[in-house]
Amino acid sequence: MGDATDLKADEVLDVQGLCCPMPVVKSKKAIDALEIGQVLEIIGTDPGSKGDIPAWANRAGHEFVGSTEEGETFHFFVRKGK
Amino acid sequence: MAYPPLILASTAAAMDMECGIFFTFFGLDIVNKKKYGRLKVASVGNPAMPVAVPNIIGMLPGMTAVATKMMNGMMSKVGMPTIPELVSVCAESGVKLWPCQLTLDVMKIDPDDLIDEVEKSCGAATFLEYAMDADMSLFI
Repeated sequence: MGDATDLKADEVLDVQGLCCPMPVVKSKKAIDALEIGQVLEIIGTDPGSKGDIPAWANRAGHEFVGSTEEGETFHFFVRKGK
Repeated sequence: MAYPPLILASTAAAMDMECGIFFTFFGLDIVNKKKYGRLKVASVGNPAMPVAVPNIIGMLPGMTAVATKMMNGMMSKVGMPTIPELVSVCAESGVKLWPCQLTLDVMKIDPDDLIDEVEKSCGAATFLEYAMDADMSLFI
């Protein structure tokens, strides 16, 4: 878990209330629209995402920068790699 | 049981994995426009149901509808898309959907009943040839 508290995202994707596979599917679509190097912030509530988002990011060639948790809400930060 | 392959496929596609699904026998209903909006699950002979229902109750008329409604309710409560929506997500993500030619023939299904996004129907050998080079093959 990296330090993502000071990170400013270029784009925010809200997938709160959505469960597997939608957070990953929508994250891919959102990051495809960004430039390389830009950061996508994903806000979700699915506990499975804690494992899914880093796994997807690694596999898809992006950098999983880190995440924060606020109660039941997670914020994931992914930097587009390719 | 239609959910597992669709969830895995859409996730695989989101992870940039090339993915194909071969729909055969009863699985073909998942890409049949006339059926995929009302797929059912029965509690009869299904000891894995979240709510245990003795078979002697489960076989009563209407119980399959009850079991289906319960499962659908559980799915929508966690925000799971419906089967037609998830099939769409798969197709849009580039998952190849192959209908089994034999199933079309045996069950006398009209190919026009299938969703537009399916590939041309094929036989086992054609699919196996495609799947041979796969890093991962799953039978669900």
